[in-house]
Amino acid sequence: MGWIGETMDSIKSIQIRQLLTQAVSLGMIVTSALIIWKALMCITGSESPVVVVLSGSMEPGFKRGDILFLHMSKDPIRAGEIVVFNVDGREIPIVHRVIKVHERQDGEVDILTKGDNNYGDDRLLYAQGQLWLQRHHIMGRAVGFLPYVGWVTIIMTEKPIIKYILIGALGLLVITSKD
Amino acid sequence: MHSFGYRANALFTFAITILALVCAMASLSDSLNSPSPSAHVQVLNINWFQKQPNGNDEVSMTMNISADLQSLFTWNTKQVFVFLAAEYETPKNSLNQISLWDGIIPSKEHAKFWIHTSNKYRFIDQGRNLRGKEFNLTMHWHVMPKTGKMFADKIVMPGYRLPEEYR
Repeated sequence: MGWIGETMDSIKSIQIRQLLTQAVSLGMIVTSALIIWKALMCITGSESPVVVVLSGSMEPGFKRGDILFLHMSKDPIRAGEIVVFNVDGREIPIVHRVIKVHERQDGEVDILTKGDNNYGDDRLLYAQGQLWLQRHHIMGRAVGFLPYVGWVTIIMTEKPIIKYILIGALGLLVITSKD
Repeated sequence: MHSFGYRANALFTFAITILALVCAMASLSDSLNSPSPSAHVQVLNINWFQKQPNGNDEVSMTMNISADLQSLFTWNTKQVFVFLAAEYETPKNSLNQISLWDGIIPSKEHAKFWIHTSNKYRFIDQGRNLRGKEFNLTMHWHVMPKTGKMFADKIVMPGYRLPEEYR
């Protein structure tokens, strides 16, 4: 493994000027990631433009570890759409399909959802006594789909040690890169 | 410059780029498909029709649903989610959509179907407006791709009417 020795050498030979350049380039990487995320938030209008599916309640359409792209527009919500919603008193957002819509003249809307793979509707998941979701519960609707990619985040949240190893390795790579 | 790390990185970046490009192309190829689905629904019987104790109308019906959705399937289609919704207007609500039946079509072979069923989800109004109410039955479908953009469309079938009296 010659490249480990090389890496050690390059750490030893770091000059102050080089150190600053590395710090700046590291900062560039972090900020550009942040810029992309915030830009996505602006474009999609959703506070979390990308969500990872965590449960199998929408199988076989969406499996655990799939990624959904969300969009939040002023368009009215209609039956059949897959929405991401937050229920009061629950931290984790849920991705399910709308099965009933009652929209009043003034635009206020009552929504009932259900997971494709669940037997019954979602009233059991809602807050105690809640029969309908309103507009403010909805975080966005799913418009696009990418399989498997979400496993990266699932693994990282469930096994934090892998996250630290990965971050450490990447950091070392950035610090020791020569250009 | 030509260390193991650099080469691995370059290879990985290239592989991911190609994969993303192929996924995007697969998703784009869906828009070349111009489907021509057909659907037909017959309401065979109103099983019962009554006012619930809390004042909302509820109806149960038996339907005959037939559809041919084979043209929706492309090589990038994982499944098609299809559902039949009753849609109507009331003085209080400008739109009511109530899903009556739904199904998941896993492949093209199953996309031409015929089913005799009563409503899978309860047909309950928000109020007492269902007597003599005219409603549309709309066949909606949502195509779930193997990757990329999801799309949806519908066929509206107007001209259904509920009975004037509870039974």
